[in-house]
Amino acid sequence: MNRKGFRTAAAVLLLVSITATLAACGTNQSPQSSGNAAAGDSSAVSGNVSTNGSTSMESVIGILSEQFMLDNSKVKVTYDATGSGTGIEAAGNGTCDIGLSSRDLTDAEKAKGLTQTTIAKDGIVMIVNKNSAVSDLSLEQIASIYKGDVKNWSEVGGSDLAIACIGREAGSGTRDGFETITGTKGVCVLSQELTSTGAVIEAVKNSENAIGYTSFSAVEDQPDIKVLTVGGVSCTEDTIADDSYAIQRDFNLITRNGVKLSAAAQAFFNYITSDKAYGLIRKTGVVPAGK
Amino acid sequence: MRENMKQDAKKERMSELVPHLIFLFCGLAAVAFVLCISVYLIISGIPAIHKIGIIKFLFGMKWQSTAAEPSFGILPFVLTSIYGTAGAVLIGVPIGIMTAVYLAKVAPKRPAAVIRTAAQLLAGIPSVVYGLVGMIVLVPAIQKIFRLSSGATLLCAIIVLSIMILPSIINVSETALEAVPREYEEASMALGATEIETYMKVSLPAAKSGIAAAVVLGVGRAIGEAMAIIMVSGNVANMPGLLKSVRFMTTAIASEMSYAAVGSLQREALFSIGLVLFLFIMIINVILNVFIKGKGKKDVA
Repeated sequence: MNRKGFRTAAAVLLLVSITATLAACGTNQSPQSSGNAAAGDSSAVSGNVSTNGSTSMESVIGILSEQFMLDNSKVKVTYDATGSGTGIEAAGNGTCDIGLSSRDLTDAEKAKGLTQTTIAKDGIVMIVNKNSAVSDLSLEQIASIYKGDVKNWSEVGGSDLAIACIGREAGSGTRDGFETITGTKGVCVLSQELTSTGAVIEAVKNSENAIGYTSFSAVEDQPDIKVLTVGGVSCTEDTIADDSYAIQRDFNLITRNGVKLSAAAQAFFNYITSDKAYGLIRKTGVVPAGK
Repeated sequence: MRENMKQDAKKERMSELVPHLIFLFCGLAAVAFVLCISVYLIISGIPAIHKIGIIKFLFGMKWQSTAAEPSFGILPFVLTSIYGTAGAVLIGVPIGIMTAVYLAKVAPKRPAAVIRTAAQLLAGIPSVVYGLVGMIVLVPAIQKIFRLSSGATLLCAIIVLSIMILPSIINVSETALEAVPREYEEASMALGATEIETYMKVSLPAAKSGIAAAVVLGVGRAIGEAMAIIMVSGNVANMPGLLKSVRFMTTAIASEMSYAAVGSLQREALFSIGLVLFLFIMIINVILNVFIKGKGKKDVA
C-alpha cells in the first residue's frame, strides 16, 4: 500500500507536468475568430476573441470581457493566464488574437513586427510588516536592498534587523516589472521566491524582517502590512497616472503589425481602448492609460 | 451427446477467456501508462540536456532561467534534494523504527492502538496541509530561534519531510518486526537476554530487510514531495545550506512551469529536471525491489 503510495506520488508529479504542457498546447489551439460582420458595428459582431498572457492583467481583462460579452451576446472572449512572455509569443505566432503583456516590448520583439497598445498603468508597491520602522525608501535604496548591498534595516533608518527580500518566481510579470524598473535584473539576492501575490503578502505579514513587492491593486484593504512611499511619493492613482510614482509598469495589448484582427477581436480591441472602458479599468485598481 | 459435451467445453473456455482478456487489458493499461509517461518524459527531457550540455546541466551551479543570458545548472536542486532527503531520513528513520519496535513488541494494546491510529492519520494528511502548518508555525519559529532574516530554509523542509515519511516507515517496519518468528525471541530470552536486548539485537536484525525497505520507501516519498516543501523552503536557487533558502528538484519544476513560455529552453529544461528526478525515483524503486526480493529468498531458506 505504501509502496504504491510513493509510486503514485511520483506518477502524479509527472502527470501534472504533462497536463501542464497539454493545457498549454490547448491554449495554442484556441479557436480563431470567425466573425464576418462589418468591423466597427459592434452590436452585430459574432465569434470568438482569444486573449493570452499576463496573469497580472487577469482582473482588468476579466471585467472588460465580461462587460463586452454582455453588450455583444454573440461574441465569446477567452483569456488564458499564461504570463506576459507566453502572451507576446502567442500574439507573435498568431495562436491568439490579442496578446496581453504587463511589460513593454523589447526591441527584438518589436523588430518581429509586434505593436503594443497601453491600456492601463499599474503601480508596483513595496510592502513591509506593519511594525517596521521604515516608511520610505528611495529607488536606489530599494535596488541596493534587493542586490544584497544593504543587509540590515538600520542602514536605511529602521531597527536593527536583517533584511529578508521576498521576490517572485522567474517569469512573473510583477518580478519582471520590478527588476526592470529598479535595474536589478538577474542580480537580486532573495531569501524567498514565492509563486503568488498572496504568498508574498502573507510572508510580509508574518515577518518584521521582510520586504516584498506586489501589484498596487493587491494591497488594498490588507491589514498587518505597510505600503512604503518611494522617494517620498506614495502610490496612488494620481501619482501613477502622472508618472511621478517611480515603480510602475504598463498593461499592454500586443498585436501584429499589418495583420488584420477579426471583426470580433477588432470590436473588443476598440472597446477596451475607448474611454467607455475607463470606469471598469479603474474599478480593478489600475489607472487607465488615456487619462 | 458427444457434440454436447464438446460444446459445453467450448462455452466454458469462452467464459474463461473473456474475463481473462479483460483482466489482461486492465493490467496492460497500467503498463501503458508507465510506458507513456517514461517515453514522454525522455522525449521532452532530452532536447534541453542536449542543448545545454549534460555536464553543464547536471553540474552547473547557477540557475537563471529568465536572465538575458540564461544559465541552466541544476546542481543546486540535485544537491538540495539529496541533502533534504538525507536529513529527513536521518531524523525520521530512528524515530520511525523506535516507534515500530514499541508498537510491534513493547506496547500494551491500548497505547499501541492510539499510536497506530495517529500514524495512519499522519499518512492521510494532505501534503499542502503539512506545508501550511510548516509555513505558519515552523518558519517563524526557526526564524526566531536562529535569528534569521527568513525562516524558510532547508532545515524547515527537512523537519516537514521527516514528519511526512514517518507513517510509511512505521507501518512497514512494524509489519517486518511482527513477521519475526517468535522462536527467535524466545530462544534469546531463554539464553538470559532482557526484553530490550532481545528486540534490539535479535528482532531488529532479523527484520532488517523489511526495515531497509521502509527506509527506501521513506526516501522515495521524501524525494518526490513538492507541495509541502514549496511552502517552507524559500525556493531560491542557492547551493544548499541548512539555514539557507533552497530549491528542490520538485519545487523547481512546480514553481516555474506555470510561467515558462511554450517551446522555450526554460520549459524544456524543466522537463529535463523531471527526467533527472524520474531517474532518481527509478533507482530507488530498483533498490526497493532488491530488498523485497532478498527478503523473499530468505524466508524460503
